[in-house]
Formats: sequence, structure tokens, C-alpha cells
Amino acid sequence: MESAQTFTLAALGSQFLVGLSRAMILFIVSSGMSLVLGVLRVPNVAHGSLYMIGAFSAFSISTLFGGGTIGFWLALLLAPLVVALVSLVAERSLFCHLYEREHLMLLLFTFALMLILGDLVKMFWGADYRSIMAPPMLRGSVPVFGSPFPKYNLFLLIVGPIVAILLYLFTNKTKIGKISRAAAVDMEMVGAIGINVSWVFAFAFVLGCLLAGLGGALISPTISITLGMDHDIIMEAFLIVAIGGLGNIWGALVGSLIFGLTQSIGLLFWPQFAIVFPYAAVVIVLTWRPRGLLKSVW
Amino acid sequence: MVLKNSINLKSSILAAALVLILLVLPPFLPRFYVYIFAVIFMTALLAMSLNMVVGHGGLFQFHHGAFYGVGAYTVALMLTKTSLPMWTGFVAAPLMAALVGLLIGLFCVRLTRLYFGMLQISLGSLVWAIAFRWYSLTGGDDGIHGIPIPSLIASSKGAYYFSLILLTICLIIMYLIYKSPFGATLQAIRDNPERCEAIGINVRRHQLLAIVIATFFAGIAGVLFVVVEGSVFPDLLFWVFSLEIFIMCLLGGWFTFAGPILGAAIMVSLRTFVGAYTEYWTLILGIILIFLIFFLPEGVWGFFMEKFGSPQKRMAEEDHK
Repeated sequence: MESAQTFTLAALGSQFLVGLSRAMILFIVSSGMSLVLGVLRVPNVAHGSLYMIGAFSAFSISTLFGGGTIGFWLALLLAPLVVALVSLVAERSLFCHLYEREHLMLLLFTFALMLILGDLVKMFWGADYRSIMAPPMLRGSVPVFGSPFPKYNLFLLIVGPIVAILLYLFTNKTKIGKISRAAAVDMEMVGAIGINVSWVFAFAFVLGCLLAGLGGALISPTISITLGMDHDIIMEAFLIVAIGGLGNIWGALVGSLIFGLTQSIGLLFWPQFAIVFPYAAVVIVLTWRPRGLLKSVW
Repeated sequence: MVLKNSINLKSSILAAALVLILLVLPPFLPRFYVYIFAVIFMTALLAMSLNMVVGHGGLFQFHHGAFYGVGAYTVALMLTKTSLPMWTGFVAAPLMAALVGLLIGLFCVRLTRLYFGMLQISLGSLVWAIAFRWYSLTGGDDGIHGIPIPSLIASSKGAYYFSLILLTICLIIMYLIYKSPFGATLQAIRDNPERCEAIGINVRRHQLLAIVIATFFAGIAGVLFVVVEGSVFPDLLFWVFSLEIFIMCLLGGWFTFAGPILGAAIMVSLRTFVGAYTEYWTLILGIILIFLIFFLPEGVWGFFMEKFGSPQKRMAEEDHK
């Protein structure tokens, strides 16, 4: 009896930590989406594809540099930049000409981008499953609550808050960050005082996509990298920004925690339908507060 | 009185002639084309049902495929797992789709625009997740195959006639709704919700009713899918497919009544004939979509109406805008 209870508690505790580290990835990806939503007011449907490109580029970069420790860190550094470059090209060549149009057109454009990027990934990397190894120092596990906990997840638990703090410093303390926030609230006023709004938009879009790429690169050692990994994450990111409050980066954090924790704890109780728990949480939150938990910038 | 005024004699003769041609066509067509036509009819009904809320209602119904899938799964499950008479499944499917539409709609109509669309995508994805995971009932990602279809409509010609007749009946009903006071109110809400609210129209209730009606027709399209394909799979409820239906409406022209039929016909033909040559069909779809966004935002039908439509009608439409 006694041992059964400690086992359950230990399982709950380690599942909680797994959920927390999952939430960190979700936060990094969805904060990027939230940033784009806040400034451009369009849900970037291609966000998941950029996350997928982040993971695939991480694979290629790490393979290129021999797959060792250096390869891993370089992949983590360069893959988000590859994604940022892709998004910059898409934004400057096509997307930026649509800012004057209806928002629905912007949304449909990002959908078109998702379709195109998905097939381009298929062209470049093929439909095979890929995987990369974490560097030796992040492999294996350490005992937490009496059960082994992967070191890499601990690493994610450190990276998540760092990204959150950097994002906070960036949006609140730097000039371009402040301009982005101002553009999110009143784009016309920002334009009226002589700031090139189109470039602010480009900047926010590219930064948001870079975060998607970072999320993809960070998750790559823990999963098999494959086509279709974009679909799951995009839906989760949608839900997270919806329950957090559209365009609110802290809302994305709260939403990620709710999503990651309900998912991993649900896995303990009802494995086949663990996916139902976060959705149920979303329905409850949105019934209670239709515009999300935190204040939306809209 | 209202109906008499609203039905344009010339267009209705044209439509009747088109239906007649389609009725006598099958014996002269190869079997494959008969099948493709049936797919077009079914998809056209689906796109038309979506356009009732998107084009006429101005709602961001981003996950229409969920209701289509619910209809298809309902009829598939009733035909395979119960021994009830065949027709009960055909009746239950649209009702079930409308019920799910009502449930999801109740949550969504409290929100506006993009919030509406995002909540709908998420709730619709929940329906997808259930169909995808519940192996014992829905067969999971394999879906359900070999559904016993009544022999009268099981052949490709039978399916062709069944879907053509159902499509025609549904289109007539949709047109009557479109031209009814309810349809006019709905379009007024699309153009100016605040003013409608101010003159005492219950905006939410009208939108909800529109969603229920549209999802009912989506359920009928789901029945047609089962009749034409003889199987169901969770991709029907996947959000990417829903956005594809959305593109059909855009492609045909969503401020016109019949545009989505054209959009569905173009998309099904492209997918069939271009998709046969390349494995990169979605790439082509994406390029088509970008082309549409930049050059044909009013859709193909809207474009031709603007270029070649009668001047009076064009002016009336401009006034309307």
C-alpha cells in the first residue's frame, strides 16, 4: 500500500517534470506565433512548417559537422537562422505586398506558405525519418523523485526560462522591441510618427519564425524528425495563444504550461486519449474567458 | 411574391438545361469520368454549404471539414455497426452533423472574426482527434472500408445520379434560403453587424442558425462521400482539408451564389489530373493559392462577372458593396 502510493506520487512528479519541459518547447514556438499575431494580427499557419524546417536543418547542420558535440551546438545556433532567412525571403518577396489587404488574405497567404514549405521539405529531405543525438553531456538521465529523468529535458527546463527572459528584455528594454509592441497596439500611430511599419512587420515576422525554428532545433534530439511534425505543433500553438490571449507573450507561457501539464498528466491516467485533456482544458478556459486568460493586445 | 421576384428566369433555364445535360451524360462517358463527376458533385455541395456561412454570413468557418467528416462517419458507422435500415443512416448523418455544428457553434458565435476561426479550428480538431484515436469505434487512421452501400446507388452510375439529384435538390433549397428574408438578414450581418444589432436583429442567433443549416448540408455531403467512395478516413476531418474547401470558395468567388461549384470543379479536376503527374500536389496548390490572393481575390466567377456580366447587374452589385 505504502509503496504503491509513493510509486504513484513519484510517477506523478516525474510526469509533471516531463510536462514542464514539454511546455518549454511549446512556449518557445507559441511565443513566436503570439508575437506575429500581436504585431501583424494574423495567425501564421506556416509556423509549424518553419518549426519542421528548424528540426530538419538542425539534422543537416549537425550531420555536416560530424554529428558530435560541436555539431549539436552549431545546429542549435544555425538552424533558427536558416528558418529566419527562409521567412525573411518569403516576407520581403511576397507577404509584405499584402499588408494593405484584408486580414483573411494574409491568413490564406500563410496557409499557402505552409503548403509550399511542406512540399519543399519533402523535396530536400525526403519522407524518411531522421534523428540526431544530443551531445554526451546531455545524454542519459538523472534520478529525480526516485525515477530516472532525461538530462535533455532538464536542459530544456533551463533553456525555456532563458528564452522567456531574453524575450522580456528584448520587448521591454530595446528600442526595436518597444516599437514592435507599439505597432501591436496602434500601427497607424507608429506609422504617423515616421517609422517604417513594413520593416517593423518584417522584423516581428522573422523573429517569430526564428523562435519556431529554435523550437524545432531544440526538440530534434528527443523525437524522430519527419514530415507531418508541423501539423501537431501548429494546432497546439494555435490553442495555446488562444487560451493565453492573442498576441500576449506571457499568455503563451501560461497557455503552454496548461497545455504541457494537462497532456503529460493525462498520459498517466488515460494514455490512449491523453490528447483529449489539453483540448478539454482549452474548452473550459475559453468558455470561462472567451478572449483568453491574459489581456489580448487586440 | 418574394420568391417570384427573386428567381431569375434566364439563370434558372440555364441551370435546368445544365442539369438535363448532366442527367443524360453518363452513358457517353468512360467510367472514370463518371466517378470524377460524382466527386465534383459531392465536393460542390460541400463548398456550397461552407459558402453559406463564409460568403453569405461573413463567418470565419475554418473547420467545415469536421462536420462533413461527422456526417460521413455517422453514416459509415450506422451502415457497418448497426442493422438499422439503410435510410436511417442517410437521415441521421446530416442531423448528427448539424448537432455537432450547433454544439461547436454555441461556443464559437460568442467570438468574432479570427477568434471565431481559431476556436473552431481547435474544437474541430478535437473531433478529428477522437476519430483518429478511437480505434475500436472508428478504426483510427485506417478508417472504415467496404461500407455496404445499397445496391441501387453502389455502382458508379448509381452514385453519379444519386449525388447529382441530391446536389440539385440541396442547391434549390440553398438558393431559396439565400433569397429568403433570413438570407438577406445574414448578408446584412456580414456587411455591417453593428448596424444590424442596432436595429434589433439578434446577430448571434442568426449566425448560429446559419452554422446549423450549413453543417446540415455538410452532413449530406458526407453521406455522398460514403456513397461515392465506400469508405471513410480521418483525413476528412483534418483541418488542412477544411482550408482546402475554403480555397474552393475563394477560387470560385464567395460573393456569388454558384461560384463555389466552379471552385470545387476546378480543384477536383486539378487534383485528379495534375496530382496524377506529381507527388508535389500541395506545392502546386500553394502556388495556385498565392496566385489567387494576388490576382483574383474575387474568384474566377467574380472575375468573369466583372468583365463580362451585364452592365446593370454590375452596377447593382457595386451599389450593393
